[in-house]
Formats: sequence, C-alpha cells, structure tokens
Amino acid sequence: MSKPVLSVKDLRTQFHTRTGVLKAVDGVSFEVGRGRILGLVGESGSGKSVTGYSILGLIEAPGEIAGGEVLLNGQDLTRLKGEAIRRVRGAQIAMVFQDPMMTLNPVLKIGTQMIAAVRAHDKVSKKAARARARDALAKVGIPSPEERLDAYPHQLSGGMRQRVAIAIALLHSPAVIIADEPTTALDVSIQGQILAEVRRLADETGTAFVWVTHDLAVVSSLADDICVMYAGRVVETGAAADVIAAPRHPYTAGLLASVPAEHEPGTRLPQVPGSTPSLANLPAGCAFAPRCFRAGPACTTTPPVQDFGDGRTALCHYPIETDSCQPLSSTSTTYRSAS
Amino acid sequence: MIGFFIQRVLQALMVIVAMSVIVFLGVYAIGNPIDVMIDPASDQALREALIQRYGLDRPLIEQYFVFMGNLLQGDLGESFIYRLPVLNLILSRFPATLELALTAMMIATCLGIPLGLWAGYKPDSLSAKVIMAVSVLGFSVPTFWVGLLLIMTFAVELGWLPSGGRGPVTEVLGMPLSITTLEGWSYIILPAFNLALFKLGLLIRLTRAGTIEVMSSDYVRFARAQGLSEGKVVGLHVLKNISIPIVTVFGLELGSTLAFAVVTETVFNWPGMGKLIIDSITVLDRPVMVAYLILVVFLFVVINLVVDLIYGQLDPRIRVKAAS
Amino acid sequence: MSSAPVITAPVETRWVRLGNFWSDFKQNPAAVAALIVIVSVVLMAVLAPLVAPQDPYNQETLDLFDARLEPGEVGSGGYVHWLGTDAAGRDVFSAILYGLRTSLIVGVMAGTLALVLGATVGLVAAYYGGRVEAVIMRVIDLQLSLPAILLALVLVAMLGQGLPQLVTALVAAQYAYFARTTHGAASAERRKDYIEAALSTPLPARQVLFRHLLPNALPPLIVVATVQVANSIALEATLSFLGLGLPLTQPSLGSLISNGFQFLLSGRYWISIYPGIALMLTVVAINLVGDQVRHVLNPRRSR
Repeated sequence: MSKPVLSVKDLRTQFHTRTGVLKAVDGVSFEVGRGRILGLVGESGSGKSVTGYSILGLIEAPGEIAGGEVLLNGQDLTRLKGEAIRRVRGAQIAMVFQDPMMTLNPVLKIGTQMIAAVRAHDKVSKKAARARARDALAKVGIPSPEERLDAYPHQLSGGMRQRVAIAIALLHSPAVIIADEPTTALDVSIQGQILAEVRRLADETGTAFVWVTHDLAVVSSLADDICVMYAGRVVETGAAADVIAAPRHPYTAGLLASVPAEHEPGTRLPQVPGSTPSLANLPAGCAFAPRCFRAGPACTTTPPVQDFGDGRTALCHYPIETDSCQPLSSTSTTYRSAS
Repeated sequence: MIGFFIQRVLQALMVIVAMSVIVFLGVYAIGNPIDVMIDPASDQALREALIQRYGLDRPLIEQYFVFMGNLLQGDLGESFIYRLPVLNLILSRFPATLELALTAMMIATCLGIPLGLWAGYKPDSLSAKVIMAVSVLGFSVPTFWVGLLLIMTFAVELGWLPSGGRGPVTEVLGMPLSITTLEGWSYIILPAFNLALFKLGLLIRLTRAGTIEVMSSDYVRFARAQGLSEGKVVGLHVLKNISIPIVTVFGLELGSTLAFAVVTETVFNWPGMGKLIIDSITVLDRPVMVAYLILVVFLFVVINLVVDLIYGQLDPRIRVKAAS
Repeated sequence: MSSAPVITAPVETRWVRLGNFWSDFKQNPAAVAALIVIVSVVLMAVLAPLVAPQDPYNQETLDLFDARLEPGEVGSGGYVHWLGTDAAGRDVFSAILYGLRTSLIVGVMAGTLALVLGATVGLVAAYYGGRVEAVIMRVIDLQLSLPAILLALVLVAMLGQGLPQLVTALVAAQYAYFARTTHGAASAERRKDYIEAALSTPLPARQVLFRHLLPNALPPLIVVATVQVANSIALEATLSFLGLGLPLTQPSLGSLISNGFQFLLSGRYWISIYPGIALMLTVVAINLVGDQVRHVLNPRRSR
C-alpha cells in the first residue's frame, strides 16, 4: 500500500462511568490509503462506532481519548482543539451517520443545512454555496437537485436522505469519509445502489472511506481491506478477499459462518454462542475466549498479535492455520469496479 | 384544512357560550347587589325602582337572555358602582393591562431564552445550576410576595423607583401608553418584571429542555462533523428547533399573563383591568365581574385557537400531516 | 396455552423501587434540607398553641400600646417580640405560627380533595374509554388551558368568601392536574395485555380499577400531589392577599402579609416580610422535595 492518508495508531478511548472506566476503544490501529475502502467490522458494542467518532474528535464527556494518534496526512488530529479541529472536520475528513432519519434537522430545508456546511469552511456567498450544494447532490445521483434543496428532510425517502448526507460529506472533497453503518437502516435494493455509488466515488475522487458496519456481506462486496473489532480491540486485519476466504481469528470465522446468504438452506444456521461481553467486566486475557470454540489454557493471558504477512494479522493464541471455514461463494454481488 | 378550521371555531364558540352561562348564573345566583348599592336605610320605593331598573325581579334565565342579547349588540350592562357602561369601563383599563403584559412578556423573552440556552448548553456548569434555581424560584414563589420584596428593595430601601401607580401617559394610535417616556418606564419596570417572573421560569425550563434535547441529537453531531462552529450549531439548529414549542407556549401564555396581571396590578396599584375586577368582586359589582370574566375567557379561547392554527404553519412536519 | 392466563400486574417492581426510595432521595442534600424544613414547619404549626408566646387572636391578650413594636423589643406582656408586632399589637411570631396552621390545613385539604376527585375522574375516563373518556378529557384539557388563578377568581366571585368556599375554589382549580396525570398513567396501563386479560375474566371492575390501574398511577400522582399542595398554599395566599380569601379573624400567611402591606411603605417591613419568608420557605421546600421525588420515581432516570 502506498503512503496512507489516514493512519490510526494505538487509539484508546475511555468512558468514565459510575461503575468505572470503560475502555470502548483499546489500542486500535489501522491505515487507509487514497481511494481505498476499509471495512471496520464488529458487533454492536465492539467499539467500531466510537472509533469513528474518536477519529473526528467528536467524543464528549464523560468520554475522552486517553491515548494514541490519529494521523491525517501526517497531522495528529487528537492534538487539535477547538477551532483547529473544527477546520479539519468536514473539510479534510467527514462523517456519515447510521440513521438518515436523524442526521438531518427535520425543521430546516436541505438547502439551508447544506449551505451552512459549505460556509463552515469557505467564505463564499449564499448563492455560490447553494450552487455547490446543488452540484454535490447531482454528484451522488439525486434527480432534480435544485428542487431538493427547497425540500424538508421528511419529504425525501430514507435512501435519498442518506445520499444527501453523503453529498454533504463530499462538499469539501475530504481526504477521508468515515461512514458509520450508513446503509443499515435502508432497504437492501437502496443499499446496493448506495454501495455502488460509494465505490464509484472512491475510485473517481480518490476519497478514502472507513466503512463501519456489522454486516460482512456489505464489506465483502465493497471494501478493499477489513479490520474486525471485538470488545474494543482489533482482532483481525487483512485484504477483504483474503480475510473472507480464509479467516484467521475464530471470531471472524464465526461471523462469516453466520451469514445467512452463504448458508445451505434447511439446516441450522451456525451462530457465535453467547453475546458481546459488557465492557464493564471483560474477562482477563482474550475477551472472546468464553465464546470461542478454539479457546485453550493460554487464552486467560493477553493474546499476541500474529503477523501472517501481506498486512494480515490476528490477535489470537490459536489462530486458524488452514482453510477450515467455507469461503464465501462468489454469488454475492460485488461493487468493485474494474481498475 | 377548512373542515378542521370550522370545527375548531365551532368548538371555541361552544366554550365561550358555556362559560358565559356558568359565569352569569354563578355570579347572579348569589348575593344581593342592591344591598351594596344603596344605603340600607333608604326607603322601599327607591329599592323597588332600582330592582326594576336592573331587571333583578325577573327570572334568572330571562335575565341571561336579556344579557346575551345586549352582549351581542356590544352592550355589557352598566356598573352598579361607577354607573358607567361596563364595556367602556373595561376598555378604558385595557391599555394599561396590555402594556404591562406585553412589557412582561418582552422581559421574559429577552432574559429567558438566552439563560435557558446557556443552561441547556452547559447543563453541568455552576452557572446553569444557579439559573435553574432561579427558575424554580420564579415558578414556585407566589408572585405577590416577590412584588412585595421588589417594592421593599427598590422603592423603600434604595428609593430608586416609585412603589406603585402608573406614570404619565401619551396617546399612541388612540391608546394611552406610559412606555413612551422614561418616567413611564420607571413606573412600569417593577410590575412588569414581577409579572415576567413566572414566564421567565417557564421559558428557561422550556428552552433548556429543548436545547439539551437538540444538542444530544444526531443532527447536531452531524453538523459538528461538518465543521460547523458551536455558534452556528446553536444559532441554526438549536434556535430553529426550540422556536416551535416556545412560540406555541408563548402564544398561550399571553392569555394567562393577562389573567395573572390581577395580582401584580393589585400589588403595584396599577390601574388596569385586573385591579378593576378585584375591586368589583369585593363590592359585588356583578356586571363588571361578569363582563371581565367573559372577556378574559373570550380572549383566552381566541388566543388558543389562533395558536393552534398557526402551529401547523411553523412545523413543516405538522403541515404535511394536516394537508394529507 | 392449557391453563388460564396468569394475571399479574407489573406493579411489584415499582414497589421495590419505592423500597429504595429513601436511599435515592437522600442523594440530593438540598431536598433533604427541604424535607427538614417541611417537618419543622408542620411541627411548629401543629404545636402552635404550645410554642407561640401569645394567642394572637385572643383580643384580651392584645394591647394597643404594643402596636408596631420593632423586632426584638419587649412588650407589655414581658416577653421579647423577636419578630415585632403588628398594628393591633399582635406578636408577629405567634401570628405566623397560627397562620401556618391555616395555610397548611387549607393546602393539604385542597390538595387531598383535588387528588381524590381528580384521580377518580381520571380513572373513570381511562376505565370506560370511548365517548365517556373523550368528553371528560376534553373538559379537563379545556380547564387546564385556563390559568388556575382565573378559575379561582370565578369561583370566589360566585361562591363568596370563607374557608369552605375557598377550599372548593382551590379544588376546582386543581383537580384537573390529577385527572390528567391519573388518566395518562392508567390509560397507558389499560392498553396492556394483562388488563385486557383481566377484563375478559369475570373480575369486578372495582378490582381492576384499584388493584391494577390505580397502583400504576400512584407514583406520578404522588409527585403531582406534592407540588399541588405547594400550589394550593401559594394560591390561597394570593387570594387572601387580594382580599378574596380568608378574613383576618381566621388568618393565613396570605392574610398576614396583606395586613402588613400598608405598613411596608413606611418602613415597618416586619409585619409583612416575616410571614412572607415563612410562606416562601414552605412553598419552596415542598417544591424542592417534589422535584426530587419526581427525579427518584422517574422510570427513565439513568441508573
């Protein structure tokens, strides 16, 4: 991979609660290159969304970034405060949220919200800002963008709203866009359209995406690289195709096995037993051990990072060596454009 | 939309008629105003003449219809005490009350919204807690008692402001107003502030609650992720969102401010409608009581109706629901 | 399902929470202080005849030579008037104790009656539903849109002055809050499956109302009742101050303040101000306690 635009190193985000300190993000590291899409995968509570918020410095009390670096083109965002970080947000790095019903202010017109976003960084006239907003809407495939500017969010469908949110994120041509489960709340067909659009944008504009999701099917069809998180830690990384074909971490293997589309109909769907542990009382050693089918005596101690080359790592005492898991079949649609 | 409008207007009319029956029958069923009006020692003939003149010998229901008939012609009867048409009497006091109520609303808005915004923006700060404590006081401490404290502090102890009454008035658009002169302001500021306190407490709470809700919303987080400054986040997102409930409550509160003026006007000896009704109740001046109560209920119902109808126009989400 | 459905209301959890009530309540020192104020105010009012140095309404013990004594002066009775005397030579401190009695009696009486009336109306509306509910709640909503002071004025104008009339006016002005609260809690509960199940069995209506609907409406009712007692006291004081409440022969704090108002401008502040402070302390303390009770009982409160 060439020089990364975004490089997260040993990021630690904590929440101070009455029951103690919760380490929502505990030493997360990953890199994204220009025009690449990184799938940040995990169950709810794994810390993947908090990672996204931490990168933009959107963590509020009682949370705080306790350590690590977020290097955007070499500049450490965790050291920026107030006006300095504001200038970065939206301009160099942007974010799209999960629920398009909630991310647009229901009582403000689309145009008003977009113009404010343009003028947050560029001192242009309202007219010029409006023109840029219109162009951005057209770029994400919204028909009759001029009329949409005068609409209120509730007048648009969920898919349209999410396109608007992506258009807002694109306004200042940021180097990186963090997308926090942006298609989870949408219909599958709409989701497909948006994924295709994102892939195209990444390839054409060179914008890097960090695609936060719990849905491996989405990642397998969209992402270049994968980063699997569990209980605040990265448990496996690698190129998307490699990880899906041959997961090294038992947790990734379990997630892949429980994707319904890849499963033989009429037989019981395998699932990862148990549920995500509470961050308040994580087991000592490997947090996944109580649910793991390969757990052994060593798992009560902190697992090592195993490096398999080509950017493939797994945080595990007993990583899967051979191809013991069925690879994903090639029937799933891929949105990877020819390069 | 038209159907909705007609339905609301009919409802409002029914309320007004029902209230007029209750007030009229209630007030006229008790006490004998003649005893108040004339010297008990005066002769029987004078008594009879007066009873005849005011129609007090006729059945109550007949008196009510006579009253309503006159009301529709703009005649609300004659005050037993002042011997003046009630409508003129009340209208002559109306500008003073309106002026006081509007000044109070203005004070409440100018203080309440910024204080509420701050308390909602930094809910854990010491200043926010002080603001909330003040709002609880404004809510719970009786208005008249605060009025007394204001008089004692600013009029008696410090001697900065007059203790009561209304300043010199000038005619503005046919209405005698005192807020046109500095001296007029020295009279109105204490009662207006007193009357504003309850609304102030209410506005601070409303604004704070709305601000906290909006500040924790996804769209504010999204706006911050776009790099909007905090000033812009508050000015654009928060203000627009909280303006809807605030305008609604505010519209409704105008009516109750007029009603609460009764207390403030008595404390500060302010010559408005409220002072008039209290005096009338003490001397059993029935026509004034009935006319005032019906008038205030009427104002109330009309204000509620208007706010209801305007509300839909403010919130785009409601506008759509009403149209479909 | 072979056996009959088991009808149990999810009431127990609420009562468990009430068991932890005190430990949650005492988290807020201001509320605890307010509670102490309330208890001492009530004690002083109850024990007024024992605590007060003088019976302020026994004409024989009053001496006009003692009129308008400043706080701390010694009167002809031979004791110190710590809070001064009024125009009739009454010891202000004693008058406050007796005034507190009247204010508390009126407030608690009006609050209790309004609670009983309002809760009944709200339960009936929630239980019967349909047209009955629609009509009742329409009237309640209408009444809530009018300010309490206006309703009280109408009623005092209609009924005249005196203790029963005053309490009637206060109850009529305030029962609607209880009705709305009860109706809200009870109708939310009414829609739940277990009530439907209870209704389909030959269980008497009384039992559904009092065993299931009422207990669920209780926590919010307790909060409203606390605040409404304070509001009754404040409203009564306001009416008495306006000269529409209780006569000075049966004084409440409001009448005492009103009585001293004319002397305020001449600098004899104590006749009004001390009863006013007593009123303010009482009302604010009850409100603070009410706020904390609301906070503790709030099911959405973060744990």
